[in-house]
Amino acid sequence: MTTDKQQDQPNQLSQVEQESGMHSVVTDWAADKEVFNMPWGKLMMWIFLLSDTFIFSIFLTSYMNVRMTTTASWPSSSEVFALTIAGHHIPLLLIAIMTFILITSSGTMAMAVNFAYRGDKSKTFWLMLATALLGASFVGMQAFEWTKLIVDEGIRPWGNPMGAPQFGSIFFMITGFHGLHVSCGVIYLAIIANKVRKGDYDKKGFHIVEITGLYWHFVDLVWVFIFAFFYLW
Amino acid sequence: MTHVAIADQIEEDHEPTGFVRKYIWSQDHKVIAIQYAITAIFVGLIALVLSGMMRLQLGFPDSFSFIDPSSYLQFVTMHGMIMVIYLLTALLLGGFGNYLIPLMVGARDMVFPYLNMLSYWTYLLAVIVLVSSFFVTGGPTGAGWTLYPPQAILQGTPGAGKGIILMLVSLAIFIVAFTMGGLNYVTTVLQARTRGMTLMRMPLTIWGIFIATILGLLAFPALLVSAIMMLFDKLLGTSFFMPAIVSLGESLEFSGGSPILFQHLFWFFGHPEVYIVALPAFGMVSDVIATHARKNIFGYRMMVWAIVAIGGLSFVVWAHHMYVSGMNPYFGFFFATTTLIIAVPTALKVYNWVLTLWKGNIHLTVPMLFAIGFIFTFTHGGLTGLWLGNVVVDLPLSDTYFVVAHFHMVMGVSPVMVLFAAIYHWYPKITGRYFHNGLGKWHFWLTFLGTYAIYLPMHYLGFLGVPRRYFAMGDSNFIPESAYSLNASISVSAIIVGVVQLIFLFNIIYSLKYGKKAPANPWGATSLEWQTPDTPPRHGNWGKTLPVVHRWAYDFSVPGAKQDFIPQSVANEDVEMNDGSTFTGHKED
Repeated sequence: MTTDKQQDQPNQLSQVEQESGMHSVVTDWAADKEVFNMPWGKLMMWIFLLSDTFIFSIFLTSYMNVRMTTTASWPSSSEVFALTIAGHHIPLLLIAIMTFILITSSGTMAMAVNFAYRGDKSKTFWLMLATALLGASFVGMQAFEWTKLIVDEGIRPWGNPMGAPQFGSIFFMITGFHGLHVSCGVIYLAIIANKVRKGDYDKKGFHIVEITGLYWHFVDLVWVFIFAFFYLW
Repeated sequence: MTHVAIADQIEEDHEPTGFVRKYIWSQDHKVIAIQYAITAIFVGLIALVLSGMMRLQLGFPDSFSFIDPSSYLQFVTMHGMIMVIYLLTALLLGGFGNYLIPLMVGARDMVFPYLNMLSYWTYLLAVIVLVSSFFVTGGPTGAGWTLYPPQAILQGTPGAGKGIILMLVSLAIFIVAFTMGGLNYVTTVLQARTRGMTLMRMPLTIWGIFIATILGLLAFPALLVSAIMMLFDKLLGTSFFMPAIVSLGESLEFSGGSPILFQHLFWFFGHPEVYIVALPAFGMVSDVIATHARKNIFGYRMMVWAIVAIGGLSFVVWAHHMYVSGMNPYFGFFFATTTLIIAVPTALKVYNWVLTLWKGNIHLTVPMLFAIGFIFTFTHGGLTGLWLGNVVVDLPLSDTYFVVAHFHMVMGVSPVMVLFAAIYHWYPKITGRYFHNGLGKWHFWLTFLGTYAIYLPMHYLGFLGVPRRYFAMGDSNFIPESAYSLNASISVSAIIVGVVQLIFLFNIIYSLKYGKKAPANPWGATSLEWQTPDTPPRHGNWGKTLPVVHRWAYDFSVPGAKQDFIPQSVANEDVEMNDGSTFTGHKED
């Protein structure tokens, strides 16, 4: 019953291409077939990240709530998160390095996306691998930080010698959840990088690299908030 | 417009062969939908039996030795949680969402069928974990479906050992399953519609499911986070939600946590959850009413924007569940105001349903009966919602049977009414056969009248101050003798309504084999799912070419047209007119 003869149906759908600003938004949302001019997987990643944003927002809101309502004193961040190197007490040293590494990895990821769209598979592979390695070193340093907090400072999820027991629990939970995201990202990057190298996307196109990149940038962005709320407050 | 071609590629769309790949490890959205539906109805039956047990105890206290206070609380908890999450959410979104979205927007399948399949199997895992809590020592949790700490994880609450852990783990798994499905639904609606299917031509069913899925993707994170935190409180001894507390004469290790935080997180999920259940129901009932009244839905655009507005507002009303927990009066004022505001788009929808019926050519088919029943129960439950939304009225009614009656009318019975309407409405498409009409009518009348026999008296019990969740009333002086006989009458009605559902089960199973063969479009409906080349639709839904959409989904009783409906896929020049002229469209489109 439905043939293709009705292609001339005047439904203001696809004829408007060169519009800008609000008009193009309205046109996109009023069109048939698709709202966003992007592959399905990319849109799905955006929606997933929106959902994940809610998870991290709720974690951080809970953290703020817990920190403000608890009656015991909250440990000072410049004390807890300090390294003592050659007798000097340097606050936030480790975390500064970790943040730097993660931000750098966002840079290598962005370059990987660029080279992927240019079709340079080898550069894409090495840049993605570099991103994964930077991510892995971030997780490694986090493990070091956790060890220091647990072994040297005696901080446990259920209590610590410096004050409010919620400090340890919320810190380990949120940084742990973030670390889990980074670890998954490292595995995801490694798999996609390998597939890029093998040429699995030669036909389909290299959108997948950008999708992986979206996830990776998101994890970095979340880290900026965690950094600000835990280490600078 | 470079990616649309994917939908048209049928070379990748090999139809699976063999029973296992076709019906068990299936990636076909229709099979997955049916798997979801069967699982959800199965756990729903468990929850129905649990409610029957509760009613036995309440109606006839001290008569049944197998119900003790602990098991009563466990029944309350599991009944609530199963019904809200594992039945309603799963059946409306996993079941109907899966079945209807690709068919109604003209897609061959969900955008990521494999993920869709994973979603079902993860959901099944969540159900298994949940049901397994019936068989562990201590039994399932009895903390009430809201799982409020500190009592949820402390000794003395039934199932405070393994039961609560399994519940929280099961919820977390469910959220993972829902996220996988939900991402698919949203992406499919946004990106995989067929030619001509603009957002403003989608049937309201799809609008309801679409917005509800977005609500789910944004609200379930709150439940996930609170489940993780409570698991840590239970397993690691953290104090997120646990203040310093003395339990059974012993002071516990916890200190400094905030039980109110859990309530905020829970209801930040819990209130949108009401609309996750309600919005798909709103959408489906709109389509059932328009089809069976042979009339376009009144105010389609308003209906769409009302769904969107309700979705947005549902995120700023949550603390109306917490008036008795104590809050700054200004917050109480804020949440009461937003709660009353959300009644505006909701009332608008009810008016529009009624106005759709107004002067329509109403066919009192079984789906239509359930749809009209829904308008009654929903209006009823909605009005009591206005009472409870006001702080001063809510305080004395909190935790009484008035609240139980309210939410059962508005988000228990009403969505279930729509589910029945929807199952009967789409049954000929899903199975290719008619259900038994007479049995369907018996099912409707007994369920509908039984509902009122159960819940109307409960409002009165609430006014008397009868508290909910109590195993027995003891020697409470303020509860008159009449309340007991009323309780007995409610219980009898509840048992009857419970048993009546067997008629429904029998009907859908019997008709599967012995029902009359149904044509492709038995109701004369306009939306795309009724225009498939095969009934039931085959893998890939549309045969060789995708349908093209030329109009909205509500061209019923168009003046001058020969038939009283014009399917969405029929072009203007193909519409048969009485005077042989060419149909030129009309202003609604």
